[in-house]
Amino acid sequence: MELIGNTSSFWEFISQPWHWSVSGVAIALTLALLTWMGRSFGVSTTFKGICTMAGAGKRIPFFNMDMKEEYWRLAFVLGGILGGFLTAQFLQSPEPVAISGSTIDYLGTIGIAYPESDALGRGFVPTEVFNFTSIKGIILALAGGFLVGFGARYGDGCTSGHAISGLAHLQLPSLITVIGFFIGGLLMTHLLFPLLMGV
Amino acid sequence: MKNTSFFIVGIFFGIVMTKSEAISWFRIHEMFRFESFHMYGIIGTAVVLGAAAMWAMKKFNIKTLRGTFVTYNPMKLSIKRHLLAGSIFGLGWALVGCCPGPMYVLLGNGYAIMILILLGAILGTYTYGLVMDKLPH
Repeated sequence: MELIGNTSSFWEFISQPWHWSVSGVAIALTLALLTWMGRSFGVSTTFKGICTMAGAGKRIPFFNMDMKEEYWRLAFVLGGILGGFLTAQFLQSPEPVAISGSTIDYLGTIGIAYPESDALGRGFVPTEVFNFTSIKGIILALAGGFLVGFGARYGDGCTSGHAISGLAHLQLPSLITVIGFFIGGLLMTHLLFPLLMGV
Repeated sequence: MKNTSFFIVGIFFGIVMTKSEAISWFRIHEMFRFESFHMYGIIGTAVVLGAAAMWAMKKFNIKTLRGTFVTYNPMKLSIKRHLLAGSIFGLGWALVGCCPGPMYVLLGNGYAIMILILLGAILGTYTYGLVMDKLPH
């Protein structure tokens, strides 16, 4: 309780990386809030909404969406952008993300130094791999994003829709989709990514 | 404005995703290498508590702010489609190290490269719309 009484140490306290259980509770709370507000948790549909707003519905009926039912979702992700900005400004962790030593050692063997490979030094994105300054960096960023967007729409949902919301509603299709996430993820991490890094 | 309340929940979500480190490419890589419990702990806790909350809201017929009851539209079960779609998504998730929510949150965190990753995701979504009739569903 002393922490709450003293503003600066409270601020330091919540600027620490959060324990996984605190984060898990907070994500469940997000799901419960959105559900109580009458919507279902799902982020990737914003990509479809952007296609719709750009006029894709004129050529492809799939993109004929009622945008009036979608603006809440765009407001939600705009809030997400601001939340990320505010955290970087006011609640930044004092140290880069504390990933395990064995991951750091392994990344070293495929030419990714940690945390130096993140130009911002926070351990969020290896900007040495994904950047605007090399053809390879541009292609990898576009291709990775493309697979995420394509796969999410084909599967009718991403991590928020299937791994969180779908599983919380005990949906078998969501469980199978999450198994798919791991098939693709393991294949990329263990086989393809080292090849892409030229090892 | 109703959308303002979603904007505020979005701010909360952005803070949570950043502080949980679930937006970190390195955390995702570590997860797929099974070298830390961190991501499994986050997702596991969220799913178990989320399931309890969804169960309770259905069980006690809680009305949403839109006056509806909590329901879930089940998808048609198609193992081939879910595995294929999930695997394509997983390939991209493990490559760029972020799923759609974190893409937005990382943009706010100052990672400009997310503009390109988001552009890729929108192009992927559009391409699905172009070829969807030719895919197994």
